[in-house]
Amino acid sequence: MTAVATYFGNIFRSLYTVAVGMRITFKHLFVPAVTLQYPDVKLKMPERARNRLYVNIDDCIGCDQCSLACPVDCISIETIKSTADQDLGVTSTGHKKRLHVPKFDIDIGKCCYCGLCVYPCPTECIVMTDVYEFAEFDRHNLLYKFSRMTEGEIGEAETKLKKAEEEAAAKKAAAAAAAAAQPKPEPPKAP
Amino acid sequence: MSPTLESIIITVLLSAIPLVFILLYALVTLYLEMKVAAHMQDRVAYMRTGWHGVLQPFADILKLLQKEDTIPAAADRFLFILAPYIVFVGTYAAFAIIPFTNIYIGSNIHLGVFFLIGVSSLVVIGILMGGWASNNKWSIFGAIRSAAQMVSYEIPTALSVLIAVMITGSLNLQEITQFQEGGIQNWVLFGGPLPLSTKLMLLPFTFITFLILFTASLAEVNRTPFDLPEAESELVQGFNTEYSGMRFAMFYLAEYANMFVVSAVAVTLFLGGWSSPFGDFMSGPVWGAFWLIGKAMVFVFLQIWIRWTLPRLRVDQLMYTSWKVLTPFLFVCLFAVGLILVL
Amino acid sequence: MSESRVIPTNYVTKPEDLKTSSGRTLRTDEMIINMGPQHPSTHGVLRLEIVVDGEIIVDAIPHIGYLHRCFEKHAEHMTNYQQVIPYVDRMDYVASMNNDLAYALAVERLLKIEVPERVEYIRVIMAELQRIASHLIAVGTFGIDSGAFTPFLYAFRDREFILDLFEMTCGARLLYNYIWVGGVSHDLPPTFIEKAKEFCKYFKPRLVDFNNLLTYNEIFVKRTAKVGVLPRDVAINYACSGPMLRGSGVDWDLRRDDPYSVYHKLHWDVVVGKGEVGAVGDCWDRHIVRMREMEQSVRIIEQALEAIPAGNVQAAIPKRIRPDHGEVYVRTETPRGELGFYVVGDGTASPYRVKARGPAFVNLSVLPEISRGAMLADLVLIVGSIDIVLGEVDR
Repeated sequence: MTAVATYFGNIFRSLYTVAVGMRITFKHLFVPAVTLQYPDVKLKMPERARNRLYVNIDDCIGCDQCSLACPVDCISIETIKSTADQDLGVTSTGHKKRLHVPKFDIDIGKCCYCGLCVYPCPTECIVMTDVYEFAEFDRHNLLYKFSRMTEGEIGEAETKLKKAEEEAAAKKAAAAAAAAAQPKPEPPKAP
Repeated sequence: MSPTLESIIITVLLSAIPLVFILLYALVTLYLEMKVAAHMQDRVAYMRTGWHGVLQPFADILKLLQKEDTIPAAADRFLFILAPYIVFVGTYAAFAIIPFTNIYIGSNIHLGVFFLIGVSSLVVIGILMGGWASNNKWSIFGAIRSAAQMVSYEIPTALSVLIAVMITGSLNLQEITQFQEGGIQNWVLFGGPLPLSTKLMLLPFTFITFLILFTASLAEVNRTPFDLPEAESELVQGFNTEYSGMRFAMFYLAEYANMFVVSAVAVTLFLGGWSSPFGDFMSGPVWGAFWLIGKAMVFVFLQIWIRWTLPRLRVDQLMYTSWKVLTPFLFVCLFAVGLILVL
Repeated sequence: MSESRVIPTNYVTKPEDLKTSSGRTLRTDEMIINMGPQHPSTHGVLRLEIVVDGEIIVDAIPHIGYLHRCFEKHAEHMTNYQQVIPYVDRMDYVASMNNDLAYALAVERLLKIEVPERVEYIRVIMAELQRIASHLIAVGTFGIDSGAFTPFLYAFRDREFILDLFEMTCGARLLYNYIWVGGVSHDLPPTFIEKAKEFCKYFKPRLVDFNNLLTYNEIFVKRTAKVGVLPRDVAINYACSGPMLRGSGVDWDLRRDDPYSVYHKLHWDVVVGKGEVGAVGDCWDRHIVRMREMEQSVRIIEQALEAIPAGNVQAAIPKRIRPDHGEVYVRTETPRGELGFYVVGDGTASPYRVKARGPAFVNLSVLPEISRGAMLADLVLIVGSIDIVLGEVDR
């Protein structure tokens, strides 16, 4: 008898739950769709959104902290020391700039958007913007070069640095030679 | 009498009308399916091609037309190429006996429904061919499941049809529709144009029969919850896996056409076909077509609604449903209806 | 007459009985099917080698490694412990916050530092929100595996609210890098608490709807009841954890039995499968455990939102993480189970070894055991009910 009861119970339950399910989907037919028609309507990004990186190269002091912090090594920075007579100015946060930055490349294709480079920057010059539509057709366009120094300026800075180093080395050699030319002081007498 | 050239041309033109209808209907149903599915899921479907995506079905067909026609190297070429056409022929032949209006029926044969049940078995052969010829284990799985499913659901379909035929007394669908003319109370679903006491006794059985016919027809068309042959999540695409381009489109066209055929047959047998539910108001040749297509589209919508709501049944549960639930109920209904009609 | 009569019949009862007229027996064979790395239903790149006899599965062997990204090797070459966190995010990319939390707790125990209480509460809220988001994906894709496409979209619509909450707090939607060693990266924005409360209120009726549509649907019940039954002792022997273990009737939840963070101050029920339809430990049990765990997570979030104290969330973040020689193993309860991190420090700023014990990896190993004897259609459901994320299986 229970077999018959389960049989009919199953049939009734099937029909009932199917009807309940169909009622739910039918109700949803009249709920307005939640889709945003993307290119016409864009979502507003919250203020902390972490999307494309941007570097304000005028504020960069070349400390290399962001490059060290990056877990995927997507930032490559090269710096040239400035000589004593060059005045590179002051960043907007008050730090004195002492290094030329001829190369500041971010491979945004490698970037994992973790934001770890933003925190160590002393001048807050590297930020994550809310730009997310930066797809490119050619992969090489994803290598962002932020430095604005021209070839001439780089060459100038390098030659200046080399000259300053040579002068410093020459001075050091002259000082060493002068020290060698002086008579040696007497060794202390043994007691 | 020997057929003249004129009569041949007329026959060919008349038989091309359902083909044109199928093509137009397929476009509409493609669009309807996607839109209904989307709105049930709280999202919008196509919006970019044409206003709210009305041109999308054209775009889909164009895309399928210009796709590369791949035939697997180890496949059985002849069967592989033949399969979609056989499936389509099996479906299209059924259009011959559906009366669209009171003046148009493809072929007014006495055996109407019997012919339909016979010809729809061609679809099974076509699917088996497609699965076997693809030389792909997943396709074979899908084809064999599909064959088992369609063959076992022919029994409930045939029995439900038999019950309707018993009440109306003819196998010819045109006569069945004429039998139900005169308004909604004359529909076989409500007992047919018989005395009220007979109708009241017949009512529960015709309702159950109609419900079972609808369920069995879902299985004939391979739609969820019976779409195991093309279960996307298991078998990639079942027997369809190796097909691309126009052949794939052919299978899909055949599936949509089949949806319409089973809806139209269910509507003709139980819901009055092209006769208007108001009796004489809104009836006539053109209105007839409107009523038939309208009623069939309601059931097509129902099929789409069910597809996007329910999970699918497993193969053995499918068989269980057919042999151990639908068929016994139908035997009981058959016996009861016979008894009532005799008394 | 004592001899039994053999009734001659044309029926063949067993394949071995099929004999040709020359006396040869027809041989039936098993088929090896490859459910390859690219397949619509394996959740990620998982290759299953299935040996079937007709439709019954004789053996199912998972082949993994298609998503191996050498996370543990990378971790040894990072310049400091904080840099490992983006890598840890990407292990189980569906439940990032829980991964961050486990790793941060491990390093904090290695360093022996305490974090402010506000940080603990924020971490619990984020972990539970992430648990809801991950379970929504699990049940949604489970529905797709069984053929119901609509619940998946309802689940994702609800998940959008959680992702919006996360985006508001830390700026990212999927891979957060939020829970750091010693604290969290940002404090909660001012509107977070009321938005989270709104979400909790919105979410509870959605679960009822979802259950009516999918969980209690008779077709779904018939497909998942008594399928992939994982007996209690097998689950414990294979070291399953999470909803797999609780679905088999074992009452074990790390948040209550091995508490970390502030879970000892919060009240919730541990959901255990009872075999309401079919057997204890079948796919339906695991599914209902996930559904009910979402309700309990909402409870936890509401309690935490009420009790969250004020404080500075960055006070305890160390400037230099240089632990002494030592090793630590810390385990937490992620949506998939017990995620453990074994961290070995050697006195330098970068870790010597970081080993992750991924719950999905261990849970997947039980697949051949529970799918023997099931049908091919069931295998897909069984894999779906284990709820694997290949990022965690392969690391």
